Amino acid sequence: MNEVVLRVKNLQTQFQTRAGALKAVDGVSFEVGRGRILGLVGESGSGKSVTGYSILGLVEPPGRIAGGEVLLNGKDITRLKGDAMRQVRGAQIAMVFQDPMMTLNPVLKIGTQMIAAVRAHARVSRRAARSRARDALAKVGIPSPEERLEAYPHQLSGGMRQRVAIAIALLHSPAVIIADEPTTALDVSIQGQILAEVRRLADETGTAFVWVTHDLAVVSSLADDICVMYAGRVVESGPAADVIGSPRHPYTAGLLASVPAEHEPGTKLPQVPGSTPSLANLPPGCAFAPRCAKAGPACTTTPPLQQFEGGRTALCHYPIEPVSCQPLSLTSTTYRSAS
Amino acid sequence: MPAALLDIDHVSKRFVKRPNLGEQIAGLLGAGRKTEIVRAVSDVSLTVAKGEVVGLVGESGCGKSTLGRMVAGIYTPSDGKILFGNAPVAKEQGRRTHKLTTRVQMIHQDPFASLNPRIRIGDTVSEGPVAHNIVKAREADSYVADLLGRVGLDPSYRRRFPHQFSGGQRQRIAIARALAMKPDLLVLDEPVASLDVSIQAQVLNLFMDLRSDLDLTGIFISHDLGVVRHVSDRVAIMYLGRIVELAPTAELYAKPNHPYTRALFESVPRVGVGRKNFRPIAGEIPSPLNPPSGCHFHPRCPFAGPRCKREAPPLEAIGPGRFSACHLNTGGTD
Repeated sequence: MNEVVLRVKNLQTQFQTRAGALKAVDGVSFEVGRGRILGLVGESGSGKSVTGYSILGLVEPPGRIAGGEVLLNGKDITRLKGDAMRQVRGAQIAMVFQDPMMTLNPVLKIGTQMIAAVRAHARVSRRAARSRARDALAKVGIPSPEERLEAYPHQLSGGMRQRVAIAIALLHSPAVIIADEPTTALDVSIQGQILAEVRRLADETGTAFVWVTHDLAVVSSLADDICVMYAGRVVESGPAADVIGSPRHPYTAGLLASVPAEHEPGTKLPQVPGSTPSLANLPPGCAFAPRCAKAGPACTTTPPLQQFEGGRTALCHYPIEPVSCQPLSLTSTTYRSAS
Repeated sequence: MPAALLDIDHVSKRFVKRPNLGEQIAGLLGAGRKTEIVRAVSDVSLTVAKGEVVGLVGESGCGKSTLGRMVAGIYTPSDGKILFGNAPVAKEQGRRTHKLTTRVQMIHQDPFASLNPRIRIGDTVSEGPVAHNIVKAREADSYVADLLGRVGLDPSYRRRFPHQFSGGQRQRIAIARALAMKPDLLVLDEPVASLDVSIQAQVLNLFMDLRSDLDLTGIFISHDLGVVRHVSDRVAIMYLGRIVELAPTAELYAKPNHPYTRALFESVPRVGVGRKNFRPIAGEIPSPLNPPSGCHFHPRCPFAGPRCKREAPPLEAIGPGRFSACHLNTGGTD
């Protein structure tokens, strides 16, 4: 097993509202190894983005981290304040957001922004900073990086802007990059380019990624490991191929089953009934129980974290038995022959 | 093959950006600033038979939404004509577009933007049919209750406002509003793109049920190849304003012909394939303001030759019901 760079332990993030404290993140734990990609999957309101923000200390009042630890290279960073956190953020851990137009300053040239980011953490000359910025752009596959340094964000396409955002995150070779839905706003052909780039960067530079997304297909082709979140909790985790091939939690199974590409065209899709519950009004015990076909009497009590072989877990009273054959491989081979 | 319900005949749509006052003055003073023309759709032909669902797939700027809006009568074509049951769907009256039929209805992508937040959903659904005498005002209430039931919502919700519903429920309301006009043809523009996966399946199931119950014809616009495969009988792949490939769904997915279609299938991440080596399409999507010469895809195409730069390949039959616009099928790229 390779060296763990980020370990999140029992993280709790709450938002204070008139209705009481909403537990947006309720006891989330996971770890990411050097050069690994962890897919943090969930639907809207599952707490996946708040988990990402909490790791970087970006949760603002009325939200607060109510408990747990975030160990970056063994050091807890949840208790760091102000300047101390600023030293870490951007240098040892960085973030890429969904919309690169919001992250880049529209009135500054790409070069100006990148040089400022270099010099925020390293005492180097402007000239050295500039060459580091140029190298970072080249590393994420941007053609003619020297000229791009002179461009303004609006002169670049969406895909290019996201590459720039990733390049900025990479400037100080951080141990971990948290990416929050970074390809959701991009076209599929451009998304494919970015995913290929990220996989290569993780393998070559050893930077670990936490890839926050709602898209199971992206995670299944990119990530090494998966955590599936529902209503603030990790309901299932394990190696990506195993979780996708044989989900143990009924929610993961329901999500996977409702992806249209895996079914005979025109047939009725298996659907998860109902909709995601509001955090202010969670059912007691397992939050998924009211939508779950396997729910039984025990589900009104908090489900146990079940550990299975192969580093897998499921938060469920009645986990699904593992299947030996991979049920999804049939359709994927028809696709392969097409290419 | 049954008679065509919808006939899209050599349709093009250009959007002209007129110079603003400052630019006009600059023009008078001799600064040669040209009017910018976006060729959103160029020379597209497509017929849709009654009861058929045709998927339109493509990336941003490919013109799929513009084509959908022309079919729905929101825009009129710059060239060519769109006939619905042998009559045009819309005509230009001065500067306004006047829709000529109520039998084509559209469902938009974002149900948060397409429903008026200050109107009760019952009134949103009944407004159209009452105005067009499809139902009498007296009977509107039970008509709405019926429709809401049909799309899987509790009829007692009709006094509520849009903000009281989730995304999936709002999309059901938008579908009920379209159905209220008793349409023959539905244009669905990315109807599930803004929904969560588990909710997406619910809405797709609803669409497929309604389709078989009401014998609906549909144009289903999406960037999601999996969704389109599931609901469409035929699929048209668009790139920068042109249809590059058109084929029955099963055949297209089994054996895509056009290099762009193949590249698109290659770059889509899929559940269950496992960690894969991406072979993404190189390069950016060119701007429709300034598309490449000849075949629009040639700068990104691995098979491009000199001919692709010179002349645009026409959409030609390559098999029964299959069409592709590529020089590789017609004598090579040299």
